[in-house]
Amino acid sequence: MTVTSIHKDVDALTLTFVAEFDAQVERVWQVWEDPRRLERWWGPPTWPATFERHDFTVGGSSLYFMTGPNGEKAYGWWRITAIDAPHRLEFDDGFADENGEPDTTMGSTHAVVTLEPAGTGTRMVTVSTFASSEQLEQLITMGMEEGMRQSMGQIDALLAEGEA
Amino acid sequence: MTADEVDRIFHGLADATRRDIIAQVLRQEQSISALANRYDMSFAAVQKHVAVLERASLVTKQRRGREQLVRGNPDVLHRTARLLDAYEQIWRHRARGIEELLAEDRETRAEQ
Repeated sequence: MTVTSIHKDVDALTLTFVAEFDAQVERVWQVWEDPRRLERWWGPPTWPATFERHDFTVGGSSLYFMTGPNGEKAYGWWRITAIDAPHRLEFDDGFADENGEPDTTMGSTHAVVTLEPAGTGTRMVTVSTFASSEQLEQLITMGMEEGMRQSMGQIDALLAEGEA
Repeated sequence: MTADEVDRIFHGLADATRRDIIAQVLRQEQSISALANRYDMSFAAVQKHVAVLERASLVTKQRRGREQLVRGNPDVLHRTARLLDAYEQIWRHRARGIEELLAEDRETRAEQ
């Protein structure tokens, strides 16, 4: 796997992530389509996901929960807005309350996933757009431990420029 | 950092002139008039950009005599960078998870 590019648009609150995998497009599509596969990688390392429902059709919805380090549960939902198997998937992803009911006070993330052949493998592009910074913060809180250990990104370059 | 603060910071960083102003005043504090000379825009327009950055705590402003000196606040930039980087890490972990899963699939098929 190679991560080929990452683009952060601070204005539109968008993150574009490009990775290449040594597997055919159909195989990569399955990691999104099959809930047992999906839950193996969706949650942040300290918050593994369990999908209780995964209706992988346009207009379909999914319900999952992530289990935190102290056993606490954070529910989330998907609403699938577009599917063009095995190349394109679009969905909204948001938080839910402890009963799995969508929490309308929190914004939702819109994700567009495209898979295309690249050499003998597959290039996967995911574009995540946040409705609000509140939601981004909430998501990050769950993946924070790992994230905080990492080095600075583009703004670090700005700082270096300022110090030059 | 509260949601409002984050919104103000993203708004502050969303403009190329404002990012350039930050880079300038991190290097050395500067008066608004000195900044205004750098850009092809009015003093008032530069003053507005500085006000946006000040609201986001990306810069601080200090009056000295007749001049207003602008200085960068690297601390807030660092915190914003962490927020964006943290989300990137979530995707890096997901990509790694997918890769491991695909490798397992290959082994299973090879055994069959």
